[in-house]
Amino acid sequence: MIPAAFEYYRPTDMAGVIALLQEHGDDARVIAGGHSLIPMMKLRMADVPHLIDLQAIKGLNGIAITDGTVTIGAMVTQHEIINSAEMEKAAPIMKEAALQIADPQVRYMGTVGGNVANGDPGNDMPGLMQCLNAQFHLTGPDGDRTVDARDFYEAAYMTDREDEEVLTAVSFAAPVGGFAYEKQKRKIGDYATAAAAVQISKEGGKVAAASIAMTNLSDTPVWSDSAGAALVGTACDDAAVKAAVTAMLGDIDPTEDNRGPVAFKRHAAGIVLGRAITRAWSRA
Amino acid sequence: MKDEVTREERVAGLKGLGCSRKRVEDARFTQGKGNYVDDIKLPGMLHGDFVRSPYAHARIKSINIDAAMALPGVTAVLTAKDLEPLGLHWMPTLAGDKQMVLADGKVLFQGQEVAFVVASDRYVAADAVELVEVDYEELEVIVDPFKSLQSDVVLREDLVAEDGSIPNGAHGPRKHPNHIFTWEAGEEEATNQVIDNADVVATEEMYYHRTHPCPLETCGSVASMDKVNGKLTLWGTFQAPHVVRTVASLLSGIEEHNIRVVSPDIGGGFGNKVGVYPGYVCSIVASIVTGVPVKWVEDRMENLMSTAFARDYWMKGKISATKEGKITGLHCHVTADHGAFDACADPTKFPAGFMNICTGSYDIPVAYLGVDGVYTNKAPGGVSYRCSFRVTEAVYFIERMIEVLAIELNMDPAELRSINFIKKEQFPYTAALGWEYDSGDYQTAWDKALLAVDYKGLRAEQAERVEAFKRGETRKVMGIGLSFFTEIVGAGPVKNCDILGMGMFDSCEIRIHPTGSAVARLGTISQGQGHATTFAQILATEIGLSAESITIEEGDTDTAPYGLGTYGSRSTPVAGAAAAMAGRKIRAKAQMIAAYLLEVHDNDVEFDVDRFVVKGTPEQFKTMKEIAYAAYNQAIPGLEPGLEAVSYYDPPNMTYPFGAYVCVMDIDVDTGVPEIRRFYALDDCGTRINPMVIEGQIHGGLTEALAVALGQEIAYDDMGNVKTATLMDFFLPTAWEVPNYETDFTVTPSPHHPIGAKGVGESPHVGGVPCFSNAVQDAFRPFGNRHTNMPHDHWRIWQTANNLGMHD
Repeated sequence: MIPAAFEYYRPTDMAGVIALLQEHGDDARVIAGGHSLIPMMKLRMADVPHLIDLQAIKGLNGIAITDGTVTIGAMVTQHEIINSAEMEKAAPIMKEAALQIADPQVRYMGTVGGNVANGDPGNDMPGLMQCLNAQFHLTGPDGDRTVDARDFYEAAYMTDREDEEVLTAVSFAAPVGGFAYEKQKRKIGDYATAAAAVQISKEGGKVAAASIAMTNLSDTPVWSDSAGAALVGTACDDAAVKAAVTAMLGDIDPTEDNRGPVAFKRHAAGIVLGRAITRAWSRA
Repeated sequence: MKDEVTREERVAGLKGLGCSRKRVEDARFTQGKGNYVDDIKLPGMLHGDFVRSPYAHARIKSINIDAAMALPGVTAVLTAKDLEPLGLHWMPTLAGDKQMVLADGKVLFQGQEVAFVVASDRYVAADAVELVEVDYEELEVIVDPFKSLQSDVVLREDLVAEDGSIPNGAHGPRKHPNHIFTWEAGEEEATNQVIDNADVVATEEMYYHRTHPCPLETCGSVASMDKVNGKLTLWGTFQAPHVVRTVASLLSGIEEHNIRVVSPDIGGGFGNKVGVYPGYVCSIVASIVTGVPVKWVEDRMENLMSTAFARDYWMKGKISATKEGKITGLHCHVTADHGAFDACADPTKFPAGFMNICTGSYDIPVAYLGVDGVYTNKAPGGVSYRCSFRVTEAVYFIERMIEVLAIELNMDPAELRSINFIKKEQFPYTAALGWEYDSGDYQTAWDKALLAVDYKGLRAEQAERVEAFKRGETRKVMGIGLSFFTEIVGAGPVKNCDILGMGMFDSCEIRIHPTGSAVARLGTISQGQGHATTFAQILATEIGLSAESITIEEGDTDTAPYGLGTYGSRSTPVAGAAAAMAGRKIRAKAQMIAAYLLEVHDNDVEFDVDRFVVKGTPEQFKTMKEIAYAAYNQAIPGLEPGLEAVSYYDPPNMTYPFGAYVCVMDIDVDTGVPEIRRFYALDDCGTRINPMVIEGQIHGGLTEALAVALGQEIAYDDMGNVKTATLMDFFLPTAWEVPNYETDFTVTPSPHHPIGAKGVGESPHVGGVPCFSNAVQDAFRPFGNRHTNMPHDHWRIWQTANNLGMHD
């Protein structure tokens, strides 16, 4: 569990980061909280000759909520999410989800930016960002650009981000209605066996809009458009929930691992989603 | 002078037997001031690291160390070829087999040690490991012991004669090249006869999965060979430092007085640190070769993949009974997967440990046990993970067989146990498989436990819940897990227990200082059990000096008397007894000194808490402090100066702690998630030395039981790859997963132990595993479940529900 030798950089502005990324190409990686990258380096599964620490970069911190838009700097930790009263008011699903990530020690260090940019299908924030229809803000040699979270993930650890780009922030419209983040895991610190992020808005006793995303059930986070659509216009009764679950099951593609065989994961995904919908509806 | 302190105050001041004295070790442990092997830093010390096999079975065609040697900071790269001239490329195991120190021509399990890199720091060593080029030719992998016994693939070519015949192993004839031993106990023919003619017979097959003790501190050693005075000092994570010294002497040829073995603070052992590992040998050889100290400390993955596993028993049982539920016979066969080398840590004559305690707490007239040990392409081991030798397997087996028999009889499993308990008046009781149980009062403990949890009420609630489930009102089912266990600990009497020929006695040496404080040294070594606290309490009561004035030292073979170490709950039964006996020798001399000082005959003084008093005249006394001072500073006719004693204790029998556990569990049949609503643990460990330490031991043992029952395993795929080599997949419970435990006790002292103590550290693990497992299985019993294998993790519980049609 000893990493190979690497050069460590701690630039103080983003131009310095981009310059290092341009110089070293895919031999360089930026590090935020390090809770995914450092274990990979220690296992020598990630070879990172040039490690660029983002801790000294200004402008990557802070949570801003203006005109109904929530913007979270890439270096904001899960701990800060949990403890932000503004966030809890604007997007309470963020706190509910963050509390289910790893353990307090990890949450003190682990960042939102690292969680979404790494492309690990086990991470919780990518699925949540699908549910919230977030935008990811990237900066690179050619300037800034914005990508929809729903277009960002290509495969496990493969994303739309170029090697020379850095994810600087995520933003989303403050969600309305009821919410739930439901996660089944084997123990504290584990990735999800299955997890569901649900936002539901209600008008006249019926579902006006619903957004549903699933975590760790494919090689990317899964936004299930059809599952959300199955709820819209219904009173979110048992039949509607069942229809949403059936639709979701068409969108996921879990693989067998130590958490269990595919049949179990599909069953657990259905149960977890059903519970998330019920809870979100009760809050809508 | 009138004594103004009451007798009760004097007793309390001793902090002796029965006192919940706070652990003296905790001040340093809780402040990060412990001193573990990896804290040892010596001038010029080099660091070792292993090149390990990525394959489970492969021939080694070549090893090229040139690139590694070229890396600045690399001092040496050792392979089997380098160790061969010293005769150290293989080493004997504790089980009478031998094991490769470094791969000799082939590798037999993933993670096996292939080469040992020695470098100036830990980082360079890790880089050099990557540069060693090993050319492997993959061979067919066998991970299933049943297939192994049918296979043409010979795993251990060294154990087949040139003419193809199969020489005997350490435990007799072998029937296949991949077979290690057959070990039998009891009467097979008589047992079969009883079972064949019985009213009721229950049969079951169960797999007790492979797991690992996983102490928080991994294994490691620091070897320092002083070439000037010829003395080797070895610090390491050793549960038995004296045994390591003797083995190191026999292997290396260095005379035993020139070897000093030190076990510093040890961060948990649980059996994992009993054996001798290639890393220890390589650090010694590397220090001899380089002339400077060499440290080897493994990482977590290495610990889980290559050091001693536990369990991996495929058990097949038959139990017979009358219609009324009186058990008449028990038959057990075990296929034991030992991995690539037989490195079990058992007393020499017991290749399956004390598996022959598998008749449990029940009066079973006739029984048979047969165990076949088998080689596979898995890591070696087979240690007793928080239990005496294979006792968890034995207790799991019988406690599952009881449950299955209860199903067969359509009887309540609590009642079935009551019908069959060995009765109080039957002790000492000789079991069908040979052990003589020293003492017990099972029915009293059982009744107390069932009353405490309102067992009848729980069954009524469970019945209601089953109906509610069937009506579709709930998706949760309720299980009531029962277990009643008897342990066999305190190995052991030298007449039948030895390890590599070394009798399993233990020892204590006491020196009383002139001012009335003391140091006592023992042959055991604490790994977290709190010996420095509790052994001082035994001595305080025996010699009348406060436990606060008694230092306990262990683990340095230059100072501690010879002993066989700490495992199998043997410290209190054996070394604790030695402490009491040494204390009594001190007291005997103190009595003579007191009599002289009080100017009366020896027989006219008697011991009273912390002093000797003149019989019938309690105001005439000498305190132990006064006696200690006089022992050194006053010429006493006929007596040597000083106040010291040593005792080597060979126990006349094992001790047999027992307990009654109940677990109440609610299980979500859709997610497979179990919630432990209640866990009640009644333990009878005989005389209780420190109730607080006992409670801590029970909490710890139950937590490891929960881990094993509900998810902790070492799993392999068909290619012999370890699927659970990190703590992400290997389940180590945290405070979050651990329920509240209710502890309780009865006291049935051991009749042969000097203070009646029996040992307790492992009981909760032994009794806990079947209790958690029985709770899961009991929840599904009303729906048709008979037996499912552990670990009961979410998906396997879900599978059970699914197989029973509960998701339809």
